[in-house]
Amino acid sequence: MFKSGIAELSRSLAAGEFSSEEITSAYLARIKEKDKALNSYITLCEEQALAQAKAADATRAKGEASLLTGIPLAHKDIFCTAGIKTSCGSRMLDNFIAPYNATVVENFNQAGVVTLGKTNMDEFAMGSSNETSYYGPVHNPWDKDLVPGGSSGGSASAVAAHLCPAATATDTGGSIRQPAAFCGLTGLKPTYGRVSRWGMIAFASSLDQAGTLTRSAEDAALMLNVMAGHDPKDSTSIDIATENYTANLNRPLDGLKIGIPVQHFAEGLNADVEQKIRNALSEFEKLGATLKDISLPNSHQSVSAYYVIAPAEASANLSRYDGVRYGYRCDDPQDLEDLYKRTRSEGFGTEVKRRIMIGTYALSAGYYDAYYIKAQKIRRLIKNDFDNAFAEVDVIMGPTSPHTAFKIGSQTNDPVTMYLEDIYTIAVNLAGLPGISVPAGLVKNLPVGLQIIGKNFTESHLLNIAHQFQQATDWHTQTPEI
Amino acid sequence: MEWETVIGLEVHVQLATKSKLFSGSSIEFGAEPNTQANVFDLALPGTLPVLNKKALEMAVKFGVAIDAEIGLKSVFDRKNYFYPDLPKGYQTSQLDFPIVGKGSLDVTLEDGSIKTIGITRAHMEEDAGKSLHEDFHGETGIDLNRAGTPLLEIVSEPEIRSATEAVAFLKKLHSLILYLGISDGDMSKGNMRCDANVSVRLKGEELGTRAEVKNINSFKFVEKAINIEVARQIELLEDGGRVVQETRLYDSEKNETRSMRSKEVANDYRYFPEPDLLPVLIDEAYIEEIRATLPELPDTKRQRFMNEYKLSEYDALVLTNDLATANYFEAVVLVCGNAKLSANWVSVDLQAYLNEAEIPISESPVRPELLGGLINKITDNTISSKIAKTVFEAMLAGEGNAENIIKTKGLKQVTDSGAIETMVATVIANNPEQVEQYQSGKEKVFGFFVGQIMKESKGKANPAQVNQILKDKLSK
Amino acid sequence: MSISADDIAYIAHLARLQLSEAEKQEAALNFKNILALIDQMQSADTDQLEPLSHAIEASQPLREDIVTEKNQRDDLQKIAPKCEQGLYLVPKVID
Repeated sequence: MFKSGIAELSRSLAAGEFSSEEITSAYLARIKEKDKALNSYITLCEEQALAQAKAADATRAKGEASLLTGIPLAHKDIFCTAGIKTSCGSRMLDNFIAPYNATVVENFNQAGVVTLGKTNMDEFAMGSSNETSYYGPVHNPWDKDLVPGGSSGGSASAVAAHLCPAATATDTGGSIRQPAAFCGLTGLKPTYGRVSRWGMIAFASSLDQAGTLTRSAEDAALMLNVMAGHDPKDSTSIDIATENYTANLNRPLDGLKIGIPVQHFAEGLNADVEQKIRNALSEFEKLGATLKDISLPNSHQSVSAYYVIAPAEASANLSRYDGVRYGYRCDDPQDLEDLYKRTRSEGFGTEVKRRIMIGTYALSAGYYDAYYIKAQKIRRLIKNDFDNAFAEVDVIMGPTSPHTAFKIGSQTNDPVTMYLEDIYTIAVNLAGLPGISVPAGLVKNLPVGLQIIGKNFTESHLLNIAHQFQQATDWHTQTPEI
Repeated sequence: MEWETVIGLEVHVQLATKSKLFSGSSIEFGAEPNTQANVFDLALPGTLPVLNKKALEMAVKFGVAIDAEIGLKSVFDRKNYFYPDLPKGYQTSQLDFPIVGKGSLDVTLEDGSIKTIGITRAHMEEDAGKSLHEDFHGETGIDLNRAGTPLLEIVSEPEIRSATEAVAFLKKLHSLILYLGISDGDMSKGNMRCDANVSVRLKGEELGTRAEVKNINSFKFVEKAINIEVARQIELLEDGGRVVQETRLYDSEKNETRSMRSKEVANDYRYFPEPDLLPVLIDEAYIEEIRATLPELPDTKRQRFMNEYKLSEYDALVLTNDLATANYFEAVVLVCGNAKLSANWVSVDLQAYLNEAEIPISESPVRPELLGGLINKITDNTISSKIAKTVFEAMLAGEGNAENIIKTKGLKQVTDSGAIETMVATVIANNPEQVEQYQSGKEKVFGFFVGQIMKESKGKANPAQVNQILKDKLSK
Repeated sequence: MSISADDIAYIAHLARLQLSEAEKQEAALNFKNILALIDQMQSADTDQLEPLSHAIEASQPLREDIVTEKNQRDDLQKIAPKCEQGLYLVPKVID
């Protein structure tokens, strides 16, 4: 049962092999047993989950089940859940219970999905290793001394360790794709605006996008069918018709033109990881695709621009945490200034404070043009690079991360090295494009991720390509021993 | 030394929408604290803004009315600062790409001349909440009902040269927004607020350092606040001092401006484009659609009143300042057909009463049909203008229409020339001394005879007939 | 580009953060490294480019002017740190 992804569970539920209540109970028990070593969940929703499972079974008995009715999932603790704590990995929101559901959560609830719990994450999604969480680091199920990646490290660890069949996640600079690569999962970041951000706690509003961490492309397609769509409550969710994302999974890849960005295979890429990626590309050739070297000449600028834009937006997004209307408030404030300063200094962790400072600095008088405007111009440069590339090729492929998962604590004192973790993924967010990371092999028994980048709103095509690769390979079925 | 005053105004107008600029919360006045503050207004995590269609329409309508450039691409920005009445820690406003660009407003000055005052820009933004400083055990209470209410901030060029010009500008602006129906302009509720950037310079010299005077919430205070600030600056400069660029609060009780030190610290607002909103893109067709909904505006209406009703510029101006007054006037004319008399009655007699009673014309106890009926009785000689005032008083007291009042009070004018001749003859016979004076060239006594005759007739004799007959008889 | 202790203090104040001496020193060091990373941007020629705020170039959608929200004060103030008579309380604000 625990080996099954969404697609298989859905078939089992439909065949009556077991009930949602049985699956849910089994998962809850497994989480209690195994998660102590991983710390992938912040909150377990035992009561609600069982109630949802019973309701799902009743729906099924009435013959009204959808494909996802009764499937248990976990949500990254960045999505607001009515009546259940939503912490965003921060002490600031340790006591925060939203009176509303994020649109993503609401959509899954409507589809009859069971919420097992809320997964651990880097505080306010700021991190690439899941070490900045107020609730402690998450461990990688492939090797508990290693990080699972971040910021969606809890979701990734939980899916990889079979503590849920799949999970929601968010990606601002690589926060879905990099943990997917580190944990051997399929991680989909849809096009900016494809999935509603309403009720998803903002880090950097123009970059944040909700997506999935799953064991297969097919599962990602099943989830995206529920998540995608225009939301009138989110001005940046784009009103373009959704597709049936499972419909094209089986199309052959004959004639697919794959662009290989030379910059993603340059210095800094681990040789073993590169070999796995090259092997994967050969696999695509066997499937009928052709490879073409392309250039993304400004890709080296993406991390720099990102570390202006994301902190700048974050510095304003996080101003609302002031101890007045909800969330953490310092004890016994002496005056207004003291209330603000102590609440925010005690409520936020080091990395969050660091990014608020960078963002505030970049926007402050005298620096705005040199930093913020410059970064926005680089952003256009990067988008233009992709536009030029996509005039020649259908998709772009390369490594998701320059190496496999690293040791917990090995980079915590060096923010710049940590920021460079997302060197291949960040440009995709700046350009708003969809990207997916799929398992492409193991190096020293640690997973390697292949990143596939598509044109805007081509999720269906990306999932088709990923699915065909997964039909031809079995890297995505490899699981760690737990 | 001759000092010149330079004033630029920033006027915040609350748009007359039903809901907030970015959320579906009501903006109705006077609700219980925080009952009109939803999850977005309170800046709960994950909540997002969506722009109110009506607020955009109203802003564009204003722009079209002042012949301004309309921003085909306008952008919202975040203005960052911490304050308890600002839940998000930033105000969503517009900085570099406002919805309304350069336009102008024609203002009639006291001497009757018209001055064109430039409008730099107008942009949409959110209002903040309210801090209540009553003592909650030494703490301040925050009510966020007003947070997110749509405002249009209108910024004038520094082309205003005196406090009275500033008042004239504001009154014209007030008149315009009421014509457009984009705000109720109620200054007492804070629905129209004004900040004034004031500086002085010696004639012909460069602009002086300005101070921003805040918290001016009535036309009367605009004049007082500016005058007191100008006087302060001149005194300072003449004593060899310097004006500091700062924000000053007007205190209407003490009639003084004073420095707001708390606002001086670090005005580094770190504006940047609001990433939760997309640029607002509109096209010419949209602008034309809104232009087509424009009502007749004050300047056009004034011109029409002068042409169509042959009114003087002054009368036309007085009647068109306020849309309700203009509409009232036209309704009166519709009934009586006499524009000149209608103009006098509306702008003098009725207005005097309304001012005294402090009620708006829309609530006048004398409706236009009644006033028109009264004027009809003057023009058909049923009553004299003088008696008409008596009838009007009765109308104000709710005694019915002119016809009934005249009948029940017996105020009908005497137009029977036989009767008037008899009265004239009697008065002449009773006052031989005055007759002699008149006939010896002292024509001033003519008025004495008229007075006596009107007294005799209890004011009801037709004055024109009295004049004619009296003249005839006395010259014999 | 380096950053002075005064700059750090000013930025911390703008952001309403209170940093300990150790945190200030750590911040100055990290700022130096992070600004070195960020300053790599300056090598790119961007003179002819318009800044890009959103990757997706679309127009802001509009909402009908309808009151959709009911009074939720009681629920919303349940999660508030300090309220009285329907108001959120903060230390005295002095203008």
